[in-house]
Amino acid sequence: MTSKTILNDSHRALGARMVDFGGWDMPLNYGSQIEEHHQVRRDAGMFDVSHMTVVDLRGERVREFLRRLLANSVDKLKKKGKAIYSCMLDEQGGVVDDLIVYYMDDGWYRLVVNAGTRDKDLAWIGRHAAAFDVDVVERAELAIIAVQGPAARERVLGLVDAADRDVLAGLGRFAAINVRSAHGADLFVARTGYTGEDGFEVVLEQGGAVALWDALLAAGVKPAGLGARDTLRLEAGLALYGQDMDESVTPYEVALGWTVSLDEGRDFIGRERLERQQSDGDARQLIGVVMDEKGVLRHGQRVLSDAGEGEILSGTFSPTLGKAIAFARIPAGDAGQVRVDIRGREVPVRTVKFPFVRDGQAQPGVLD
Amino acid sequence: MSEIPGDLKFLKSHEWARVEGDGRVTVGISDHAQGLLGDLVYVDLPSVGDRVEAGTGAAVVESVKAASDVYSPVTGTVVAVNSDLADKPETINEDAFGEGWIFAVEIEDSEQLNELLDPDDYAALLDDAD
Repeated sequence: MTSKTILNDSHRALGARMVDFGGWDMPLNYGSQIEEHHQVRRDAGMFDVSHMTVVDLRGERVREFLRRLLANSVDKLKKKGKAIYSCMLDEQGGVVDDLIVYYMDDGWYRLVVNAGTRDKDLAWIGRHAAAFDVDVVERAELAIIAVQGPAARERVLGLVDAADRDVLAGLGRFAAINVRSAHGADLFVARTGYTGEDGFEVVLEQGGAVALWDALLAAGVKPAGLGARDTLRLEAGLALYGQDMDESVTPYEVALGWTVSLDEGRDFIGRERLERQQSDGDARQLIGVVMDEKGVLRHGQRVLSDAGEGEILSGTFSPTLGKAIAFARIPAGDAGQVRVDIRGREVPVRTVKFPFVRDGQAQPGVLD
Repeated sequence: MSEIPGDLKFLKSHEWARVEGDGRVTVGISDHAQGLLGDLVYVDLPSVGDRVEAGTGAAVVESVKAASDVYSPVTGTVVAVNSDLADKPETINEDAFGEGWIFAVEIEDSEQLNELLDPDDYAALLDDAD
């Protein structure tokens, strides 16, 4: 059965082309995916991401539990409201999901996890939480609207109760705060996102979601669909669960080694495998590639490199760059000259550092 | 939805064919198809002189999200390609039945044209799909 977010009727009223996304009826675009992409890069756009799941973890030993559950260390979270990005691994070091964890208070942490992995995540978290007496509560009654782009924060600030405006304006990156909307709704506002632009992700009770969406529309924030979200996040060098990673890869194999904290004395799930991979040096690598020839790189295309054969993970046409970009996974070693098999033709691509685009600009080396 | 021109014939897979009278058939994708695909960013054209078979892939149109084969409605030899699409693939989004044509084939067997859908049949097919 297909699930709908509280904003489903709003999407349809705006003429959205709806698609099934992991069991959710979601907007792909509202006309032109490319225009929505540029709108976010140049001004401000909003995404209904209510299909993602908020999970609240409560208990005296919740910090101890998260030190075990996550590859990144919640010990880094010193101030209430601060967040970190982390992978949650299985015993073999495979990625069960990637998520953001917020430190709410000593007995309460909040996770935001992917839509398609909801059931699996809840089962996994629940299984391991029992030993720590941690309560796992899915907050299915919450909606999430991501407002992204250079003008995003300013537009949201205008919709917040005047008394809360200054404190929200001062919110640092990767942190969250509770404020009130001008309508009186309670908002959990995080300065996070998935587009490479500045902005907020606003979590609120479903009952207030349509009013906030409409207020954002009136403030000039245009709706953007999953299509634009995908091209924006790939330009920003951000990996997608299910496309770039799953249980068959470790964080090192999806270029997320920076999120792994091999801090002393912390026995997190999957650690042993990661340490072995580090000492053996056999982890496959994720590389960023750009194609200068016309065409589009696609998931599943065969990649040929000096290090051996691999495949395209996320691949798309980049609206900002006007060229095809992709992540590819290849064996360990020097990649050399990389080619991609496109319908039987070996097309050369350039290996580049990612993000491909930052602050709306092509990064050095990406455009040649 | 846009009007479906009355002088075209169609494949179920949303290609259109215009019989030009000199034994040539011009081929494109329907307005409905371009709408489904979304913003087109690349067209992989056949080469003039290629032999194409009815019902098999002759070109590829790529939107941001997906690549789709364009089937030739008839068997024959490619005699022209719309090379303007190399720089402006979005022409198909803007004018699928006109400037957005993709290639032209010199037809071998005009009997094949009888197997294509006429505009009313194609319109009915789209209605059923809704």
